[in-house]
Amino acid sequence: MRKPLFNGKTRWQVVVAGLLLGSFLLTACGENSPSILNTFGPVAASESFLFYVILIIATIIFVLVEGALIFSIIRYRERPGMPNPRQIHGNLRIEVLWTVIPSIILFIVLFFTIQGLVNVATQPTSSNTLEVRAVGHQWWWEFYYPKYNITTADELHAPVNTIVQVDLYSNNVIHSFWVPALTGKTDVIPGHNNMRWFKADATGTFLGECAEYCGAQHAHMAFHAVIQSSDDFNTWVSTQQQAAVTPSFALAAQGKQIFMGQCTGCHGIVGDNLKGYDDPQVKCNDPAIACLVGPNLTHFGARGLIAGGILTNNRDQCSPGADLLRRCHLAQWLKDPQGIKPGNDMVVNLTDDQIQALVAYLESLN
Amino acid sequence: MATPVIGNATTTVVRQKRLSESYVGEWLMTTDHKLIGIMYIVTGFFFFLVGGMEALLIRTQLAAPDAHVLSPQTYNAIFTMHGTTMIFLFVIPVLTGFGNYIVPLMIGARDMAFPRLNAFGYWVLLFGGIFIQSSFLFGAPPDGGWFLYAPLNLTNAGCTVHATACTNGMNADFWALGVLMLGVSSIAGSVNFVVTILKLRAPGMSINRMPLFTWMVLVTSFLLLFALPSLTAAAGLLLLDRHAGTHFYQYAFGGDPLLWQHLFWSFGHPEVYILILPVFGMISEILPVFSHKPIFGYTFIAWSGVAIGFLSFTVWAHHMFAVGLPPIAQAFFATSTTLIAIPTAVKIFNWIATIFGGKISFKVPMLFALGFVAMFLIGGLNGAALAVVPFDYQVTDTYFVVAHLHYVLFGGTVFGVFAGTYYWFPKMTGKFLGERLGQVQFWLMLIGVNLTFFPMHILGLLGMPRRYYTYAGNLGWNELNLLASIGALTIGLAIMVFLYNVIVSLKNGQVAPDDPWDAFTLEWDTSSPPKKYNFLHIPVVRSRRPFYDKKYPEIADWKTVIH
Ligand code: HEC
Ligand SMILES: [Cu+2]
Repeated sequence: MRKPLFNGKTRWQVVVAGLLLGSFLLTACGENSPSILNTFGPVAASESFLFYVILIIATIIFVLVEGALIFSIIRYRERPGMPNPRQIHGNLRIEVLWTVIPSIILFIVLFFTIQGLVNVATQPTSSNTLEVRAVGHQWWWEFYYPKYNITTADELHAPVNTIVQVDLYSNNVIHSFWVPALTGKTDVIPGHNNMRWFKADATGTFLGECAEYCGAQHAHMAFHAVIQSSDDFNTWVSTQQQAAVTPSFALAAQGKQIFMGQCTGCHGIVGDNLKGYDDPQVKCNDPAIACLVGPNLTHFGARGLIAGGILTNNRDQCSPGADLLRRCHLAQWLKDPQGIKPGNDMVVNLTDDQIQALVAYLESLN
Repeated sequence: MATPVIGNATTTVVRQKRLSESYVGEWLMTTDHKLIGIMYIVTGFFFFLVGGMEALLIRTQLAAPDAHVLSPQTYNAIFTMHGTTMIFLFVIPVLTGFGNYIVPLMIGARDMAFPRLNAFGYWVLLFGGIFIQSSFLFGAPPDGGWFLYAPLNLTNAGCTVHATACTNGMNADFWALGVLMLGVSSIAGSVNFVVTILKLRAPGMSINRMPLFTWMVLVTSFLLLFALPSLTAAAGLLLLDRHAGTHFYQYAFGGDPLLWQHLFWSFGHPEVYILILPVFGMISEILPVFSHKPIFGYTFIAWSGVAIGFLSFTVWAHHMFAVGLPPIAQAFFATSTTLIAIPTAVKIFNWIATIFGGKISFKVPMLFALGFVAMFLIGGLNGAALAVVPFDYQVTDTYFVVAHLHYVLFGGTVFGVFAGTYYWFPKMTGKFLGERLGQVQFWLMLIGVNLTFFPMHILGLLGMPRRYYTYAGNLGWNELNLLASIGALTIGLAIMVFLYNVIVSLKNGQVAPDDPWDAFTLEWDTSSPPKKYNFLHIPVVRSRRPFYDKKYPEIADWKTVIH
């Protein structure tokens, strides 16, 4: 190479410009991300702590080794009239040294690894542990609370500062349960019934995602972990335990009719076609019993997400009216579930009037 | 060994030309390791282009949130085929090709031990590759990811208690049958390498004097021989489950979906090293030549390769930290993964020590080799991070893993393959690849790789899972994805430059002498390209750098060092 790519003067400008651009990009993004570094509980905190440990060690090694590489490249580049170098074949002592040093560093990291592993694995015993059964469907999450006998979808409610034990169940393919702010992944494997615990230190709504490829709509299998104060949580439980309200106006009553006629093959509403909630694991594990393929809709109106989070449930836009389909996400979903989430299991054919009625009914269920 | 005399047979009878003597016929019917090697390499690069297009489709879809370039089904098929193509149809064939071409020359042999088996291996590979790709024509491309987990890979009836959306079409059959065919090809190739390397070395070339590329091909061949049976078993059981009504992977009937993962990764982890060890070998040949120094610590490099080979069979479950193995098992696999990082680190230090104190000439092969070291280090460091199990719970199956594997396979393997291509091209064709274009390609690739894959680390930390066909715009992932897509285009441009370079150089490239780089090993002691019989006289070897000894008899290695 006769012409160097950049000479001494421009070199630093290029580097500085690069760094500035890099930091600009980093600040531009990530505010609303389900970042693993923005943690709200001890499990995720000990996982991200280890990230910083390894980041520091890796950065030091990176700088030293790339530094040695770049130094050698510059210092020993061929120059005119340069004599042939000494033919060195190796040096046992140095080589033993640089086998031993990385080994020591790696074993220090391993120590942290195993310590963290044990931390994350051992669920603290606590008298008020909340047990939740998370069921992975294609492609949405169902949550069943054995203690309260309630079932919901797309939203995992839990009280703050409480140990939550999540039993993971799937009767179909493998999924993976993940709430980056609260806990790393545990796979949901048919026949394995894994368990994952976490605890949240703060109230708030955190994004959960499916993290094992599970078919066409793997990308749309999100849920919200809704962490509430224990009062709010108890209120939520007691409302969930009620059966669906009887429609208070004509349009909603009509919606209930349509639901009973067209939707009960796949969906359940306690008070309409169901007497009470079922444990999905019991139902869906038995080939002889029909397992409803769609989410339980008893309190759909109170939920924030539709169909694995592909849409948000914007209730306030769902009052009846001619432009309902433009405003209301639920109406859009009912109009064309296959267009919105291609490949999902819901197939319906509804007129716009039926949609008006169904939206009125479903959004009244809170 | 008596040296047969070749080249003085005279034909007196006029007869018709046989098919094998026509240009096309010669390629079709050849058993010459050099022609077969070139066919492997060309085939590999062809599939590299196919896989590269698929990568560009993926990056186009992900360049912006909520994009509709590809339907979910198509996207899933494309990322599956991208991985499958790159691993099984690009890297393995190209590396086998270099091995085929170079190893016999390096060890002073006239051909591989079993020339027909060699040809057989190539043709099975080609047809296996065509078979897998033809799934697109049947509208049933594999779409379960390149590791095709059970029970998603089963038919609907077998997949679950209540039939759901698994793989009812032929998609998974194409994958399983195709991979079985490629396995046959790899077994044939590996047996051949093992016998060739163990039996056909020139007199004086003890195991301890073998060039390091040959060493690594030998280790890789053993890895393939021991790893492939478990892939074969996995694919065989899958076909039985799908078509014969067995239940190996079905929990409802007492089978276990995790059986697939254990079988697959028992193959899949050694496979990772199968994809990189020969490249380690190439780098260990190229760095010394362009530093005008012997490799630093030959024994450490050779035996760390062997150590990696053995250890690679003990780390498979580090792909499965999230499946809920007991903590003690996870600790075991974290430890074995830590151990395998040690020999890998040793190699990097030895490479740097090789150029340290040398006289480095920055020819294009050297640029790529240095780029390899720089990029592979990143792949090693983020790989070590993934072995930190609790951190892995957070980043497994996210873009962090995608970043890691591409720093290893693209920053590592692909850079190494280009280093090897620029290095051996003059030997194979008698022409140099253009130096200027090579530099352009190198810098484009170096920038492209980092632009594409570095942001993916951050995407992983920001919680973006892999294998999502699209993402919402409000999650803070937009800019980084766009950056990665721009990087992918840059890489695409670099590859175009390379193709142009190959065409131009073949046509009017600078003619290469027999020993264009002042190299050390025996393949350079032949004409460029070598004659059919490689060596007129089989050389006698007295050190690790036989050709260096021959060129510089006063300072020959065997006079100064004993090994
Ligand atoms: C063939 C089965 C089937 C029928 C019939 C069906 N659905 Fe669904 N429905 C589903 C499935 C499956 C989902 C979840 C899809 C997903 O997220 O992948 C769903 C999701 C929904 C959701 C979103 C629920 C949530 O919490 O995310 C609503 C609301 C809904 N359906 C309403 C209806 C109504 C109203 C009808 C009757 C007109 C109906 N569905 C008929 C299968 C069905
Ligand atoms: Cu899933």
